[in-house]
Amino acid sequence: MSTRTPRSSSPDAAPGAPAWPRPARPRLPARLAYRLQRAVAPNPAYRWLAGVLGRSPAAYRAFTAAERAAKGAVFGCRMCGQCTLPVTGYACPATCPKQLRNGPCGGVGADGSCEVFPDTRCVWVTAYERAEREGHVADLLLLQRPVDHRRAGQSAWVSYWRGEDEGLWAPAGPAGARPPATKART
Amino acid sequence: MGPGRPGRRPAARDEGQDMSGTGLRARLDAGGFAVTAELGPPRGADPGALLRKLAPLRGWVDAVNITDNAGAQVRMASWAGSLLAAQAGIEPVMQLTCRDRNRLALQSDLLAAAAMGIPNVLLMTGDHPRFGDHPDGKPVFDLDSVQLLWAARTMRDEGRLLSGRALTTRPGWLIGAVENPFAPPAGYRAARLQKKAVAGAEFVQTQFVFDVAAFARWMAEVTGLGLDGRCRILAGVGPVRSLRALDHMRTGVPGLHIPDEVGRRLRAVPEDQVAEEGVRICVEIIEQIREIPGVSGVHVMAPGYEQGIPEILERAGLAGRDLRPAAPTLGGADAH
Repeated sequence: MSTRTPRSSSPDAAPGAPAWPRPARPRLPARLAYRLQRAVAPNPAYRWLAGVLGRSPAAYRAFTAAERAAKGAVFGCRMCGQCTLPVTGYACPATCPKQLRNGPCGGVGADGSCEVFPDTRCVWVTAYERAEREGHVADLLLLQRPVDHRRAGQSAWVSYWRGEDEGLWAPAGPAGARPPATKART
Repeated sequence: MGPGRPGRRPAARDEGQDMSGTGLRARLDAGGFAVTAELGPPRGADPGALLRKLAPLRGWVDAVNITDNAGAQVRMASWAGSLLAAQAGIEPVMQLTCRDRNRLALQSDLLAAAAMGIPNVLLMTGDHPRFGDHPDGKPVFDLDSVQLLWAARTMRDEGRLLSGRALTTRPGWLIGAVENPFAPPAGYRAARLQKKAVAGAEFVQTQFVFDVAAFARWMAEVTGLGLDGRCRILAGVGPVRSLRALDHMRTGVPGLHIPDEVGRRLRAVPEDQVAEEGVRICVEIIEQIREIPGVSGVHVMAPGYEQGIPEILERAGLAGRDLRPAAPTLGGADAH
């Protein structure tokens, strides 16, 4: 996010301060991203690693910093701590200036530009194009539950391996009519 | 805590509010052609300014949207405008955006609206403050519109907050949403309405329809998904009153698409007849929209020209109908 030089009219903060969300263009082809999903899927080794990291705050910090750097460079990740990338065409909705997690707003320009930052492409247009190309459009029908702001800055990978991401989204069928309550977390 | 049927209200229970008899809900439940209009509250503390703009609409519309800091510009709160409208005998649709409130404030405002008897709420993301009169303000966007719709339906049908805590009395409002059929990605727009319908939207008002063919294509997708049955579609319409307004709508309003043909017609007439030509185009669009299968009504947006709305409706053949709020005995979700 900070690689782009803000225009004078942009609400981006000064260097060093957290930038406003701004649509990011993923640097990883969607096909490759879907393939790599298998590489981070939970397995006994990752669950063991998550356990180790959970016991060592220093190791957790180091791991989270590495995750931040990697996902930040590739996806513009803002470390919301609850990753939707696998179901949003590996385009990060946390980079939407309106923080929309359930699809694009009505202000998308005819050319697919973001309403708030017209020099960028709407991240949901990017998500749709990538998901469609790879046969994953059905993912975009999932109902995304509200963000748990307590998880900001945490490692989404560790949470994923711990099984804490279940319930981030719900199918948009009758079964998806379950209330959107955020899970109680300690 | 079984899931409620999406887009459908369970039979009223003792602990729930019953707002089933109100005008807009009764109109839509009865399969009638609904008419709503839009009104921005004043930038000031004078209730009279709102009431003067409301007065000409009485008897012509089923309900009037009261906007919520539209365009991210500060106005009198939509709940207060909605109360003033209700007191004046005009049914309000209270707009509520995610821009200015977090999930606590959204839910408490929704409860307040129900307690005050506001029968309809329209839940939307809202314009980004960057384009408003306080671009230096902090955008909230704690929930998105789908999540807010979902939360509202859970409050009403399950009697629970997002936290899971139980409500003492369930609210009874009709839940509405907005959609823009014309913005990219085109292939996702009907699906996005489906998400809103599943989340809880029982009716939707669209962005201005100027491109009727594009709207009809979107409607075909919507009816193909069977959405028009669970979520009534009200097409957004309105007159372009001047060439300046045309330029503004073309370049200054995000997500609005005006075909070249509309511009050609407005430029082809003498300057003093542009307003009339704009009204004529609006009337023609309403007539064409009424022919599109699955459309349940129109939502008329004419900021600054509210007094002209009755004429538009009359010329479009939407006068002479019983547009007064239906009697409570006629309506109710259970009756249909």
